[in-house]
Amino acid sequence: MSDTSNPIEALAAHHDSPGEPFYPKFATSPKLIKEAKKLVALYPEGKAQSAVLPIIHLVQKQFGFISDESQQWIAEMCKSSVIHVAGVVSFYPGIHRKCPGKNHVRVCRTLSCALGGGEEMFALLCDKMGIDTKSMSDDEPVGISADGIWSIEAVECLANCGFGPNVMVNDKLYSQVGEAKIDEIIAAHSN
Amino acid sequence: MSKINYLPGKEPHPSETRRIFRNVDREGYNPSIECFIEDGGYKLLADALKKQPSEIIDEVKKSGLRGRGGAGFPTGVKWTFIPRGNTKPVYLICNCDESEPGTFKDRFVVHQDPHQLIEGMIISCFAVGAHFGVVYMREEFPEAAKIMQKALDDAKSKNFLGKDILGSGFDLEIILHRGAGAYICGEETSLINSIEGLRPYPRIKPPFFPAAIGLYGCPTIVNNVESLCQVRQVMEMGGEVFAQTGAPRSPGTRIIGVSGDVKRPGYYEVVSGSITFGELLNDLCGGPKEGRSFKAIIPGGSSSKVMRCDAQLKAANGSPMSVFDIALDLDSIAAHGSMSGSGGVIVMDDSRSMPKVLNNLNRFYAWESCGQCTPCREGNPWMLKLTNRMLSGNAAPGDVDLLKDVADQICGKTVCAFGEACAWPTQAFIAKFREEFVALTEPINALKPHSDEARAARQFLGRED
Repeated sequence: MSDTSNPIEALAAHHDSPGEPFYPKFATSPKLIKEAKKLVALYPEGKAQSAVLPIIHLVQKQFGFISDESQQWIAEMCKSSVIHVAGVVSFYPGIHRKCPGKNHVRVCRTLSCALGGGEEMFALLCDKMGIDTKSMSDDEPVGISADGIWSIEAVECLANCGFGPNVMVNDKLYSQVGEAKIDEIIAAHSN
Repeated sequence: MSKINYLPGKEPHPSETRRIFRNVDREGYNPSIECFIEDGGYKLLADALKKQPSEIIDEVKKSGLRGRGGAGFPTGVKWTFIPRGNTKPVYLICNCDESEPGTFKDRFVVHQDPHQLIEGMIISCFAVGAHFGVVYMREEFPEAAKIMQKALDDAKSKNFLGKDILGSGFDLEIILHRGAGAYICGEETSLINSIEGLRPYPRIKPPFFPAAIGLYGCPTIVNNVESLCQVRQVMEMGGEVFAQTGAPRSPGTRIIGVSGDVKRPGYYEVVSGSITFGELLNDLCGGPKEGRSFKAIIPGGSSSKVMRCDAQLKAANGSPMSVFDIALDLDSIAAHGSMSGSGGVIVMDDSRSMPKVLNNLNRFYAWESCGQCTPCREGNPWMLKLTNRMLSGNAAPGDVDLLKDVADQICGKTVCAFGEACAWPTQAFIAKFREEFVALTEPINALKPHSDEARAARQFLGRED
């Protein structure tokens, strides 16, 4: 036996994040179960598995990311298996396995925004939020500031190409972001 | 109907014809159901429900409406692919995944005028006999998801959805299903797998298309947001009248989203074929930025083949023409070796380095490949590595051919059209701007190792460098 963990364990392992204090720890509640059942009921009978993505969104919205325990609960809710849920979770870039910061910032890096200076905005945002750009890679696309207030991620097309560079903070989209607007954005979400 | 005023600074250009975007940026308009009904909304639905479904399908076929998602497949024909004598439930899915770089049209419909889409969708569901519809919306539209959910709830409370719609005996439920940031989910079979709760790998087709075997193994129609809104227009105008406007083989209006190096980027709804690229870029978009000139145009979303602005083209009658003389309709653009796709025009001026642009696109495709087929999963990162190598000055002239070779090996060898989508940019950029790629290379680099393994092997192979 070697000391190196196998890739499946590495995939399931918990990654500590400074953003965790800002989100409640995953726990089921009657309200959550009710909401999940409501989502399952939307789909035709016997197709509970279809609700896996909506339930993942429900959990992620509330708890910030998809933890191991939550995957088991999601599998239970949509009458599927944990490995199946893990397969879905690991596929989508929009689902986090590591807790993001209190404010999650997404910066578009695709062509139209890049032509408008999106990549410079990304670097500038990282700088102002105190996030090391070197901490990010294709395997670890989300960078989190040490205080956990900010996390940043370069994403592909946000579908507002005519008005780039586009930056999305939580659910709010900011378009035509320039240097001046960055300060505004940071100020608007700082409290 | 009252006169339409648009918000100051957002008035449409005189050469535009606003149909789908009629209520976008309209003064005093909001996405509520009251506003839509006041404007005459849901009347078409009441009329349509009195017809036979086959009449609606015939009308859409007569209109010659072609899908607006990218492939341009005739919508009415797609609907008839549901097998005859089918006893399974039929599903209709609205593809609101809008993830092709350069495309930003559906966003404004779902944010500002969601009921237009819902009405078009109900009519389409009635026509194909679907009692369950899904709006598949990308996760990056959280605000639109809220608006759309409210719109669906409102429509249900007014009996435009639910049981026995407007006393016609037709039942329909439409739900909102959100993706999670994957480009591939815009591919219809991948989208279906995503709704089924599977890992969204595209399915093999042919022999069976979703219209025969789709969601839950049942016949499923997948239509783009704009296509479904156009169905509503067809109902309003009548198929024959609709077919009379615009280019003969792609009638109706098209929403063109222009981004990149123009003075006034944005969305423009024009009658298909009514204007040329020159008019679009110089008149509607205000021309190139100060002191610049146009260099290249990507005419229909990032996967369509790039066109060189100084290229000498030949018209059908043999007379010389330029890119700017190409009319904006599906066939004219296709005749000059590219495609109109989803209507996302990306413009680059003479300050741009083409290898850098291609590198950006290659990164997009390398990141978004779903990983199901080996040529695409492995080939895309290779293409990215090669363009990265060119930009960092470590490439040899042979790498340009190698890059094209990798693209050729992906194209046509994958389950879904992603293989073509990722290969076409590379093939076209190299075919049209080869000199820029070669200029970044040095013959001596052919001797350089590019990986740790190669570097390690080098230490036993002699020459110091």
